[in-house]
Amino acid sequence: MNSAPLVALVGNPNAGKSALFNALTGARQKVGNYPGVTVERKSGRMALPDGRPIELVDLPGTYSLDPASPDEQVTRDVVVGKQEGERLPSALVVVLDATNLDNHLRFALQLIALGLPVVIALNMIDMAKRDGLTIDVAALSKALGVQVVETVAVRRLGMDELKTALATVVGDGTRTVRAGAPPEHDIVTLQRRARAIAVAATQEESLERRWTHRLDAVALHPVSGPILLAVILFVMFQAVFSWSEAPVGWIEAGFAWAQDAVRSVLPAGILRSLLVDGVIAGIGSVLVFLPLILILFLFILVLEASGYMVRAAFLMDRVMAGVGLSGRAFIPLLSSFACAIPGIMATRTIDDPKDRLTTILIAPLMTCSARLPVYAVIIGAFIPAREVGLGVGLQGLVLFGLYVTGIVAAMIAAFVIRRTIAKGESAGFMMEMPRYQMPVFRDVAIGLMQRAWIFLHRAGTLILLATVLLWALLSFPQSPTGRDQVRYSAAGRIASGLETIVRPIGFNHEIALAIIPAMAAREVAVSALATVYAIEGADEVQTERSLVGRLRGRWSLPTALAFLMWFVFAPQCLSTIAVIRRETNGWKWPLFSLAYLFGLAYLAAGFTFWAATALGL
Amino acid sequence: MDVMRLNDLPPREAALIRVIDWTALKAGEARRMRELGFDEGVRVETLHRGPMGMDPIACRVGRMTIALRRKTAAAVSVEPFPMAAE
Repeated sequence: MNSAPLVALVGNPNAGKSALFNALTGARQKVGNYPGVTVERKSGRMALPDGRPIELVDLPGTYSLDPASPDEQVTRDVVVGKQEGERLPSALVVVLDATNLDNHLRFALQLIALGLPVVIALNMIDMAKRDGLTIDVAALSKALGVQVVETVAVRRLGMDELKTALATVVGDGTRTVRAGAPPEHDIVTLQRRARAIAVAATQEESLERRWTHRLDAVALHPVSGPILLAVILFVMFQAVFSWSEAPVGWIEAGFAWAQDAVRSVLPAGILRSLLVDGVIAGIGSVLVFLPLILILFLFILVLEASGYMVRAAFLMDRVMAGVGLSGRAFIPLLSSFACAIPGIMATRTIDDPKDRLTTILIAPLMTCSARLPVYAVIIGAFIPAREVGLGVGLQGLVLFGLYVTGIVAAMIAAFVIRRTIAKGESAGFMMEMPRYQMPVFRDVAIGLMQRAWIFLHRAGTLILLATVLLWALLSFPQSPTGRDQVRYSAAGRIASGLETIVRPIGFNHEIALAIIPAMAAREVAVSALATVYAIEGADEVQTERSLVGRLRGRWSLPTALAFLMWFVFAPQCLSTIAVIRRETNGWKWPLFSLAYLFGLAYLAAGFTFWAATALGL
Repeated sequence: MDVMRLNDLPPREAALIRVIDWTALKAGEARRMRELGFDEGVRVETLHRGPMGMDPIACRVGRMTIALRRKTAAAVSVEPFPMAAE
């Protein structure tokens, strides 16, 4: 058990809580989960001026102690000491946006009433000054009965003062002053009290947030707003491919070098085959996508930190309302283009349970980055690299078509789900639009590092295991000379069974073999095909690089197209299924997702194969 | 002065909230509105309209900017007050 006193960081969304957390703890952070829910638990270490260590935990932003979403539930349960797996905090640091004092103070009053020692961080005090607000900190502190410290978290101002104030209220961590149910207060009463305190402590010269209003005049304009959003999304997807080209090349070269190095050191045999065809080929074919994922997340993190993401939700609300969702669903769905897992986790901020369930069920249809390796290999092998006019290449057009197919399918699915299994009136749309802010390098970098780590961890465990297992199943039992090793192997025999099911939709034996381990993660399909063809043609040297050439000779065009359509729909990602199970608290919805997505995948691949064959492609 | 609904308030015109018909709102919606600072006597102003001038709208409530749909805004009765351009 951790002996350092626990201090919780609490505040409204958009108060600058995460920036303050990063400023106080630096990169010494641990990201975990609260038991039973997928709400992230972010904690870090900091030292008080007298050297005492503190464990600081960053609680999800919320507007009150009356929880509407799972995120807010965790915050409430922690501060009243009811959260499983968390101690009752020894003190709270309540973060307030100085420019929004009248609103944020209400939550602070609720928190102070809990009876835990409290220090208030009056954050974004620089913005308040720029807005023409003068806040009397002493008067505020007196009215609230707790210490108030001015801070500018993004520039690390006021951190020492905050730590000093904290040192005077935090005990030694062995016992906490009090706990219990929060006293019942009606929001309106508290709100009015908060407003009175705020008005008494604040002198204002103007109400304007000049920059935010000027930017919004363009970003939310009925005509230029949607155009700007389209441009930003276009640049984002363009950048994912063009910026990643060079680093992907380096990673490929690095793994090719590693394969050659192993070959030159080890004699031909089982061990060399395991390392070269199994481990290096498998991990390499997945790791090359790290640059793409990081670039996509870079855009998403910057859009979030700058305050633009909420504007995008505002602009998309009308469209989403058409299928029974709200603009809020747009943010998780956009994240799902990087990976459905953070996307599904981001649905925690949607308070309406039916909206949330629908968003969870359609998120896997967004083209995540794990599909890119599959698309890239198949498109590279079967779609000619010629222009269709106006500088648009046929290959890019097909890729774009696959993205659009996923989006359209998701919208239709949402429309149907909202009228059948998640029937009910629309929950509406209501969101605070924060001021625009320059994203801080440190905060974006910490977010990116955490994403990169999650991806590398997955590649190093789940994907490595799946590839090695597949290699073993493909290599044993060893075929007698003259027999086809792949068909003779254990994996080959399993695939032969599956082949009877997928043969009608144009899939061959190798595809049947590749889609089994691809249940672990979609990108494994590529490494699996690479491994299958590497073992089949064991005397050839390169695996990954010649995969495109090998596919070209062996698959027909209708088969390749059917394979692409399969991957638009098929829920081939165990982690996603696991996250759906955790988020929906049971097996019902993950099993439903598996059934409806595999059903759609089979039909879509089938129709594509039959149509392409009929057209004589 | 005339009392009108928030969704009919012309953009950039300041007003005071007179009455909020909480019964016309769903429980969760009403609670969220209270949390975001909607209350009788608070100053509001419509800042932006959604794409094509349709849903949703963005209003300033106190010092915050809140996006909400017109149907929700219709529950809020406001009274415009004449003021020189800020």
